[in-house]
Amino acid sequence: MNTHAPEQFLDEDKSLACIHCGLCLSSCPTYLETGNENNSPRGRIYLMRALQQGRQPLGDATVHHIDLCLGCRACEVACPSGVQYGHLLEHTRDHIEKHHSRSTFQTFLRRVAIEKVFPFPTRMKLALLPARAVKLLHAENFLPKFAREALSLIPDNPSAGKLPEISPAFGEKRGTVGFISGCVMSVMFGDTNRASVKLLNRAGYDVVTPPAQGCCGALHAHSGRLELARDAARVNIAVFEQHNVDAIIINAAGCGSTLKEYENLLHHDPQWLDRAQKFSGKVKDLTEWLAKDLDANKPATPFKTKVTYHDACHLAHAQRITKQPRDLVKAIAGENFVELTESDVCCGSAGTYNLTEPEMAERLGNRKTENILKTGAQIVVTSNPGCLLQIQAGLRKAGASNVKAMHIADFLEEFSQHP
Amino acid sequence: MPYGTVAEQISPQIQQALIGIVGKENVICGHEELLVYECDAYTLEKNLPNAVVLPRNSKEVAEVVRLCAKHNLPIIPRGAGTSLSGSVLAVTGGVMIGLARMNRILDLDHRNRRALVEGGCVNAWVTNAAKSHGLLYAPDPSSQSACTIGGNVAMNSGGPHTLKYGVTTNHVLGYEIVLPDGEVLWFGTTPDGGEDVDGYDLRGTAIGSEGMFGIVTRVLVRLIKAPQAFKTMLGIFESVDDASQTVSDIIAAGIVPGALEMMDQLITQAVEAAYHFGFPTDAGAVLIVELDGLGAGLDKQAERVVEICKQNRAREVRMAKTEQERADLWKSRKRAFGAIGRLSPNFLTQDGVVPRSQLPAIMKFIRQTSEECGLRIPNVFHAGDGNIHPLVLYDERDPDQVRRAIDAGNVILEKCIELGGSATGEHGIGVEKIDFMEKQFTKDDLDAMRKLRSVFDPDQRCNPHKMFPGSKRCGDFHHRKQISA
Repeated sequence: MNTHAPEQFLDEDKSLACIHCGLCLSSCPTYLETGNENNSPRGRIYLMRALQQGRQPLGDATVHHIDLCLGCRACEVACPSGVQYGHLLEHTRDHIEKHHSRSTFQTFLRRVAIEKVFPFPTRMKLALLPARAVKLLHAENFLPKFAREALSLIPDNPSAGKLPEISPAFGEKRGTVGFISGCVMSVMFGDTNRASVKLLNRAGYDVVTPPAQGCCGALHAHSGRLELARDAARVNIAVFEQHNVDAIIINAAGCGSTLKEYENLLHHDPQWLDRAQKFSGKVKDLTEWLAKDLDANKPATPFKTKVTYHDACHLAHAQRITKQPRDLVKAIAGENFVELTESDVCCGSAGTYNLTEPEMAERLGNRKTENILKTGAQIVVTSNPGCLLQIQAGLRKAGASNVKAMHIADFLEEFSQHP
Repeated sequence: MPYGTVAEQISPQIQQALIGIVGKENVICGHEELLVYECDAYTLEKNLPNAVVLPRNSKEVAEVVRLCAKHNLPIIPRGAGTSLSGSVLAVTGGVMIGLARMNRILDLDHRNRRALVEGGCVNAWVTNAAKSHGLLYAPDPSSQSACTIGGNVAMNSGGPHTLKYGVTTNHVLGYEIVLPDGEVLWFGTTPDGGEDVDGYDLRGTAIGSEGMFGIVTRVLVRLIKAPQAFKTMLGIFESVDDASQTVSDIIAAGIVPGALEMMDQLITQAVEAAYHFGFPTDAGAVLIVELDGLGAGLDKQAERVVEICKQNRAREVRMAKTEQERADLWKSRKRAFGAIGRLSPNFLTQDGVVPRSQLPAIMKFIRQTSEECGLRIPNVFHAGDGNIHPLVLYDERDPDQVRRAIDAGNVILEKCIELGGSATGEHGIGVEKIDFMEKQFTKDDLDAMRKLRSVFDPDQRCNPHKMFPGSKRCGDFHHRKQISA
């Protein structure tokens, strides 16, 4: 019999900061799609509190509603009380993973694919081989639906590739920055990483990419495996302490937000807190760093293509960066820049969400595709690998071969003037 | 028992019938998933509905309502659940009908300056959609980024700009309502008709009926031309009294600002911590004065306002220089309630009205009440129309604080009535202010209201136990009231 007192897995003050005003509702993608308040931030915090207070045991319905959360943190921007929803979510997920047993399939997905493959570029490369074979042979139809959906996300021409440890600045040197090459980025978007480094070189920075760096821990933290995330954080902090850099640059929004939150992650570890703060203080999104010198971004030739911009959740909501990437795109596109309706509503990618919750991911993906097509833009720019894969897959599915989804680094590298 | 009673299950047959109408994913029945629906933004009283259904169109709403009528089940309409007076509390259980899935703008007719929207459409979405045509929907409650037009109609919602533009009833041309027996009617101007109305114009009846006459499913709203120019000023005062006097003097000078809002020191501090607008945290009170209209002549009016502020010892008057500054200022004001989460885990907001000339008196009374009950009471309110919002801060984990908060709220509202005002300006009666109805209205007034209600809802099944004295209260709330007595 289960009679022990409810476990205090939430910081009580942080959970009570929610005053139930409901202003978050219309910002939440899963609430917009379902209309069910259990799928809203206010509803989920209510469930978390009910769990913590022992008003109800950890039931399947609660787990379902917490699972269905994208972790997009749009609610944090809408919240007037400053509720740290992302923090509450991670701790609730940690609690769920410790106390709730899942189906064999979900367990495999979470414990093996998400924890043991994605964070390791070499393993992911190997895992992609059979998937690419299936795509080349056009054998998708022999697979069950969930696998077909997952497969549709893999780009037709992924580019891998290691970056050199040191990439010197072009022209006059202004400083040195570190670079986080990422897991998905380095396996599927090697070209984007190279473009990012070139942009930094052109802006006058030596770029250091330490080979010993590891996964940032975001995938672990978001799926409620905080200890694993802490281990990942310690590795990266130690690696970058070896290098004297002005900033640590990341071009994936999802990783960037976790890297900036290392100090929260290691809050209870006095040996590491100080080091984590120093590390997080240096982390900058690529667009944040490049936007310091907007004049450097001019179109190489008169730019005639209509361009729009999708806000990656972990850039717009978790890091509150919306202006800099727009400024950079506008510097190239000028009057051809058009705003995207619901630009900051999650596209459904949300890290590994499109694997664990494919149905909602598809609904949100369709919503995003429709909004993109309505703009009439031929290029949609974004700043996170997950969004890029999701949007590319959505556009492919809609048969919109004339619309191209691009990472902002690739966009800038391709269209800006190089001295 | 610290919370409302556990809802009894509705019979499996009724559950199945509901699923038959709206589909499985749109019926919520289990205890675990009903919890969040046990209250709205008024959290002092809680009770579970028996089921929540989320219909997708008027036809489904009508079918659900007819089913409930057949089984004599209470129905409770719910928009975004942002009510501050417990307007959508399921006092005796029943079937809650949520309009969250009916949130579309069906038609935006910019040439005739009107929009047809579904009841669950978010208020702010209407203005966002109309903006490119130089139009806007005027009523702007502070919760406008989440609250729904259907809910606004039910509560006749106001907002900062109602001082000049009027409340919801002044901007609704017509609406579709599903009566408690399932009949679907249209009141007022029809979407394809002119502005005139055939026969009796019944549109005013259900506006502000607090959801007790039926469920508003579609609304034809009026759009107005967005003002050509704005002058938005922030007056900084040493005391609430000086700021209050300024309010009276501005109106007396014949100036009608678009909005005239006051924030006292405590709320200014919380808002500053939340939004970093640059409010002085040591000022006794700040006034937001917004003039709008044609560009010509606005400068002169602004000068006059500055002059009046200075006459009342304003320390400084700042002018918003850019559209961004203006937007930031309004964001700070509109989300002030939410910023309370930074000061206290819970708050009870009151919504009394006093004649403008009595603002200094009521503010002084609130300060005294705060000292007597030992709870902090920040104030942010629509000063232009004398509509105060004292926010009594408490911690629900301490029963004594809960009792003192309820008491403080009550004596403040009694004082409002005594000073010639009323117990609610815009939040509605709901369950929260039922006790004040007898203080504000005579028995004849209340009887007349009851008779009108019976025309629409003879069985009193639609959003029951709201507004009228003698209504049931949640068991736990009675318990708390008894402790306080």
